[in-house]
Amino acid sequence: MKIPEKFIVALLALCAGLTILVTAGVLYTLASEAIRFFSEVSIVDFFTDTQWTPLFTEKHFGILPLLSGTLLTSFIAIFFALPIGLTIAIYLNEYAPRSFAFRIKPVLEILAAVPTVVYGYFALTVVTPFLQGFIPSLSGFNALGAGFVMGIMIIPLISSMSQDALYAVPKAMREASYGLGATRFQTAFSVLLPAASSGIIVSVILAISRAVGETMIVAIAAGMQPSLTANPLVPVQTITTYIVQISMGDVPHGSLEYRTIFAAGISLFVLTFALNNISFWFKKKYQQKYE
Amino acid sequence: MNRIQTNRIKDKAFQYFGVFCTFFGLAMLAVFVLDVLRKGIHRIDWDFISNLPSRFPEKAGIFTALMGTCWILILTAIIAIPIGVAAGIYLEEYGKRNRFAAILEINITNLAGIPSIIYGLLGLEIFVRIAGLGQSVLAGALTLSLLVLPIIIVSTRESIRAVPRSLREASLALGASKWQTIWNQVLPAGGGGILTGVILALSRAVGEAAPLIVVGALAYVPFAPSTPLDEFSVLPIQIYNWVSRPQQGFVTNSAAAIIILLIVTFLMNGIAIYFRSRWQKKVKW
Repeated sequence: MKIPEKFIVALLALCAGLTILVTAGVLYTLASEAIRFFSEVSIVDFFTDTQWTPLFTEKHFGILPLLSGTLLTSFIAIFFALPIGLTIAIYLNEYAPRSFAFRIKPVLEILAAVPTVVYGYFALTVVTPFLQGFIPSLSGFNALGAGFVMGIMIIPLISSMSQDALYAVPKAMREASYGLGATRFQTAFSVLLPAASSGIIVSVILAISRAVGETMIVAIAAGMQPSLTANPLVPVQTITTYIVQISMGDVPHGSLEYRTIFAAGISLFVLTFALNNISFWFKKKYQQKYE
Repeated sequence: MNRIQTNRIKDKAFQYFGVFCTFFGLAMLAVFVLDVLRKGIHRIDWDFISNLPSRFPEKAGIFTALMGTCWILILTAIIAIPIGVAAGIYLEEYGKRNRFAAILEINITNLAGIPSIIYGLLGLEIFVRIAGLGQSVLAGALTLSLLVLPIIIVSTRESIRAVPRSLREASLALGASKWQTIWNQVLPAGGGGILTGVILALSRAVGEAAPLIVVGALAYVPFAPSTPLDEFSVLPIQIYNWVSRPQQGFVTNSAAAIIILLIVTFLMNGIAIYFRSRWQKKVKW
């Protein structure tokens, strides 16, 4: 039997259209539960209260401690990943032989392929005890170890996107710089980096977005105590860890505690959505510069 | 020392720093892997793989978690591969210039950027509650399917984009219809790339813990699932559970389970890289 081709195309379109349903599902899920949450908790308190204690008898629903934990661990991750990732990008693009650069790229990708629970284990059992040797006041769960390991995970994200950005800089600019007697180092930092800056910024924003949404590393190694602090040596709780903490326990569906995970979820969604779209906008706006 | 010499030294120094950075992450990974091997390898034996979970670390095994991971892997493959590949074909071959496709494209880029735990919340509300699947392995697999869909779609598109026009035109010139051309020429030619993307997507699904925790995968399941509607656990959740316990015995167990999980992930990634390089070599138009 021959299936009419129109039917096949319709089926393919249906599968593609399903992705719209996924987005709709995410928005519906988060919004519907979050609206119920905010009918019980004032939205002003949610953004201004400095305590997050939904499971205590004296309940506070301030997202700030979770947000600060999220931003702190992400910032530490970027702090380690950006210099290393960017140096790798420059090295592979300007110094390393082509064949080496070509071969090492998939190897670096392995860093992003390791399951995040595994990284969490390393942060807790290897990195933190090692750091405690230098910083005795470092607590067993902390943002520093978790952030550092998260940084290792996002190195390939920054290095491969920055490498693409550096590669896109026209050859003429590079040759002009060499023609004036500049070294590779000078060319990289005075000509290529400024020229590729928009692409590098895009890679950093996407890396932040990735770090903000990361869950298992921080759940294992950063602790479960929401606190509004910028101190990397003490336990913190991120938005994602809070969702994990509640999901591991037995919270009845329909309770206010159950809804808090959706309120936390929508905050996380808005944050990553904003970051991703800033990066798309940035890419679009500055990409055509040299074409 | 004059300026030229200083600049040369800086240049050279940065080169060494570049080598250092390139291998820094990998060296860290090597340290981690050696550490986990040292702590866990002696714990791996047949009992560890075939035993059920237990309160006693020396009796506990990963059987239920391993079976859960297999179930998740197979169900996710069955659900996500056909939908993802079909969507990829539609976007690349049919929906080139219409508005629907433009919206789809932006949408998929955004989906790829949503944190995995948000997919967990989606699965909890839609599959577990509204569809009434409960905290089952099917609900988990559906959730992970949505999570890996963007990866499969994007790699499908990239692979069929790399198939040269001449091949399509030859097929069309012989009187084949558009779909016949896609099915008989484009898909086989782009198959290696699609396979690579699919394996990478599944490897991602195997390592995910966060969305499954939210969906309701349990840390302790007495039996391996026997139907798609049974409760389940997976390896990453078993590891998470063990690593958060204070007893040293369980930390050893988690190291051993990590070795198994890493073997699975590295094997899948290795196969994917192998297919990609083979496909790149074979296809030289």
